[in-house]
Amino acid sequence: MAESYLPVSHLPTAAPRQKSVIPGFGLTLGLTVLWLSLVVLIPLAALFLKTAELPLDRLVAILTAPRTLNALKISFGLSLVAAGVNLVFGAVVVWALVRYDFPGRRVLDALIDIPFALPTAVAGIALTTLYAENGWIGSWLAPLGIKVAFTPLGILIALIFIGLPFVVRTVQPVLEDLDHELEEAAATLGAGRWTTIRRVVLPAVLPAFLTGFALAFARAVGEYGSVIFIAGNLPNVSEIAPLLIVIRLEEFRYADATAIAATMLVAAFALLFVINGLQRWQENRTGRLK
Amino acid sequence: MSDPSIRSEPTAVKWAIIGAAALIVALLVILPLINVFAQAFSKGWEAYAAALVDPDALAAIELTLIVTVISVAANTAMGLVMAWAITKFAFPGKSFLITLIDLPFSVSPVVAGLAFVLLFGAQGYFGPWLIDNGWKIIFAWPGITLATIFVTFPFVARELIPLMQEQGTTEEEAAVTLGAGGWTVFRRVTLPNIKWALLYGVLLCNARAMGEFGAVSVVSGHVRGETNTIPLQVEILYNEYQFQASFAVASLLAFLAIVTLLAKSLLEARLGGHQR
Repeated sequence: MAESYLPVSHLPTAAPRQKSVIPGFGLTLGLTVLWLSLVVLIPLAALFLKTAELPLDRLVAILTAPRTLNALKISFGLSLVAAGVNLVFGAVVVWALVRYDFPGRRVLDALIDIPFALPTAVAGIALTTLYAENGWIGSWLAPLGIKVAFTPLGILIALIFIGLPFVVRTVQPVLEDLDHELEEAAATLGAGRWTTIRRVVLPAVLPAFLTGFALAFARAVGEYGSVIFIAGNLPNVSEIAPLLIVIRLEEFRYADATAIAATMLVAAFALLFVINGLQRWQENRTGRLK
Repeated sequence: MSDPSIRSEPTAVKWAIIGAAALIVALLVILPLINVFAQAFSKGWEAYAAALVDPDALAAIELTLIVTVISVAANTAMGLVMAWAITKFAFPGKSFLITLIDLPFSVSPVVAGLAFVLLFGAQGYFGPWLIDNGWKIIFAWPGITLATIFVTFPFVARELIPLMQEQGTTEEEAAVTLGAGGWTVFRRVTLPNIKWALLYGVLLCNARAMGEFGAVSVVSGHVRGETNTIPLQVEILYNEYQFQASFAVASLLAFLAIVTLLAKSLLEARLGGHQR
């Protein structure tokens, strides 16, 4: 079963025969396009249309305002760091899950999906309480002088939390399918274990790792619920871009909210494009059909 | 090499990696989940129950259930339609269409909510017309439902598409050749083949619909007892420093997440039986 939060584009492209005897083509394709337009395309088009109605100098002024720039910097910067941490954490977890057998492995495997299944607001208040100065983890860190809740570090923790499943679930099937004989051949030819991993395993799973990284990054950039409770939300310091959109909206500054949202939407499209490319690379690399 | 297998690391390295993996998952993932229930029951069962039967909490639960039923029903029906169109026929632009169906997952929930405000809000394209006709979408349940449908849009379709693509069209073609109509083919041939994947997609759609926060937050207006869903009620209680009550309401959603994951494990075992 495919993980529901991973893209479905890696499909066998063998299409059914051109002339199908199966009924319903016009009806179902028509409904598909209609439903997609009403729910997804028209609302997103409205966002771009409203942005296009803004005079150019106004748009530039909104996007180059220090508070906007800082919010975008915080969102994109911390998301990048979080995705990088997830690359490391994900590698450790996925190696343990795929390569070793140990008591509790199946439970550990199932628990990986919690950040995806737990509603973001619930994750947000739980993480905040944990990392507050009197919380289970925060009370251990406070004597060391480390403050997590209500600082940018808190945002980072929340973004690492929500991104972890993306790296694990993207790499897991690729590592599982990896041909054992390649590693055995390398070992037989005298390569040490580390050399084998670096020269044989890593190149095969690299595209999957990059895809997982990009997916975790994309999710983190747009994340709202799990972040706003722990962030502290200080303008220019710990205020993420999605929160700034909400604040501008509450101030009835629709132009500002719309311009920032359109910027984030463009970034989301660019990321989607990159992720599609990475997946195609993975398919060519491993010749893996689902 | 001391290890008997050439495809493995030394035992010490192996257990260090397993230990690190367990530690990462325990600290990062399990602890927050346990914390939800610990905080919810921190003042005992009675306080827990009291938080749940509070009229505002009950109103939030009711609204969430209504919104979820509509959203899940719409996305299930249309998910089946979209999967049918994509997997049973060949046409140009198919992979682009799949990308578009996936699009809502790439959009920040806040941006999605704003898009509906720009369409139906007082300042939006259809806002004045809606006001003249006495329709209220933004800051009311229809807006909350629309935003929820947007964020849960891909769930059912993306569970069905890979499976239906794998199963091909031969069984349906045989049924048509034998004289079955389209609806009969779907009900008697396709549906039995995809029922578990469909159930799984519906479960995930349901969990996300009940727990959606960002998109709903933008379009809700936060009127207590009227336009607050369960996650919004959690936020309000938390911001009012009613932590125990907030976690009590949140525990409903945490419980839903656990049930969803358990069901996922069961369904995977079932699907694994005759599929993999």
